[in-house]
Amino acid sequence: MFVIGSIATIIWRDVRQSYASGGTWLPVIFYLSAATLFPFAVGPDRALLLQTGGGILWIAALLATLLPLDRLIQPDLDNGVYDQMIVRGLSDEMIAAARLVSHWLSFGPPLLLAAFLASGLMGLEGAALGTLLASLAIATPALAGLAVMIAALTAGLKGAGALGGLLLVPLAIPLLIFGAGSLSAHGNSALLFLAAISLLLVAITPLAAGAALSANRE
Amino acid sequence: MNQGQSTGSSDRLVAEALSCVRGGRILFRDLTFALEPGQAGLLAGPNGVGKSSLLRLIAGLLKPSTGSCIVPETRALCDDRLALDEHLPLDQALRFWAKLDGSDDADVTAAMARAGLSHLAEVPVRYFSTGQRQRARLARTYLTDARLWLLDEPANGLDTDSVARLGTVLQDHLDNGGIILAASHIPLPIGFDLTLKLEPLEELEACL
Repeated sequence: MFVIGSIATIIWRDVRQSYASGGTWLPVIFYLSAATLFPFAVGPDRALLLQTGGGILWIAALLATLLPLDRLIQPDLDNGVYDQMIVRGLSDEMIAAARLVSHWLSFGPPLLLAAFLASGLMGLEGAALGTLLASLAIATPALAGLAVMIAALTAGLKGAGALGGLLLVPLAIPLLIFGAGSLSAHGNSALLFLAAISLLLVAITPLAAGAALSANRE
Repeated sequence: MNQGQSTGSSDRLVAEALSCVRGGRILFRDLTFALEPGQAGLLAGPNGVGKSSLLRLIAGLLKPSTGSCIVPETRALCDDRLALDEHLPLDQALRFWAKLDGSDDADVTAAMARAGLSHLAEVPVRYFSTGQRQRARLARTYLTDARLWLLDEPANGLDTDSVARLGTVLQDHLDNGGIILAASHIPLPIGFDLTLKLEPLEELEACL
């Protein structure tokens, strides 16, 4: 009970901090501006927008994942917050798992809301809109997990932000392939693959990010 | 050589043949000492000799290269990092740790009073001066009901009155059966049962 209560306390603190500092809305605004730029760039051709819009919204989601990287782990690491948690008997894996949940809570739902708004700009509606939202809902935990892992791995390094971007983009390719692929015909099997990849990334996040946090103390 | 470990828990603090290697350099080796409930130990020695590493090692943040230590189950570490949310008022920032420690709001109020920070309860932590930050670190430590307090330069930046107040709180903790291990260059107004003098090791040896 001690551990569950502690993790809930930690998650609540992170989520509250993220929404209070406004950091949550940065990816959302970025996402919406990217979606707004696209019709300006390619022109208001409805057929073209319908065909490519889903893919564009997916790429924008990947890029939005990069924005909070430097604020996920580094500030608490520098401030000794994680050290204090370890001294209180929490493990690195529990800290990383709590960070994954808290980051998803402040990243996933706002991004889904933004995707809903942005899909209007692309003319997506009906089944296509439903599939896009479903694929993003399945993938955002994995994107949050990737962000936490990479933030933990690069914490303390110079130029961590740029390095994080380089690391995240290739790792996110499977998510992009099956996520954007779910918008085409045979979308259902792509969604299932997407869910499998997402589960895998979520499962390894506490272990990988926990190991990175632990290595950081040595 | 055997990997060191810090296993087991008891009321006492027992360190046996502890060694610590950091960055390919041996900081200290074969350090053996014990502190009983109600006892205080002082770590002395020049900068860079491994005092902070020893405290982090006993706190469970570092693994000893060799040796082992038995520590009380609950520990509190007060080092040079604040670990409080800068944008929050002090009482709210402390309340986060109070929840993790199973303390309540009354404990937060008491800890702030003991650190002499009651009048700053509603001031965001980022406006604190050096000495006030140090007192906030101490308040975070007072919140815990941990038996073992590990204090790294607890009197840094404190004015004379605050050092005296720190002494009172430390003495209370000892009287309640607590254990204190402190590294400090500023004389602390409590009686130490043990002084560990760490000496710089001359030889440079490769990592094990």
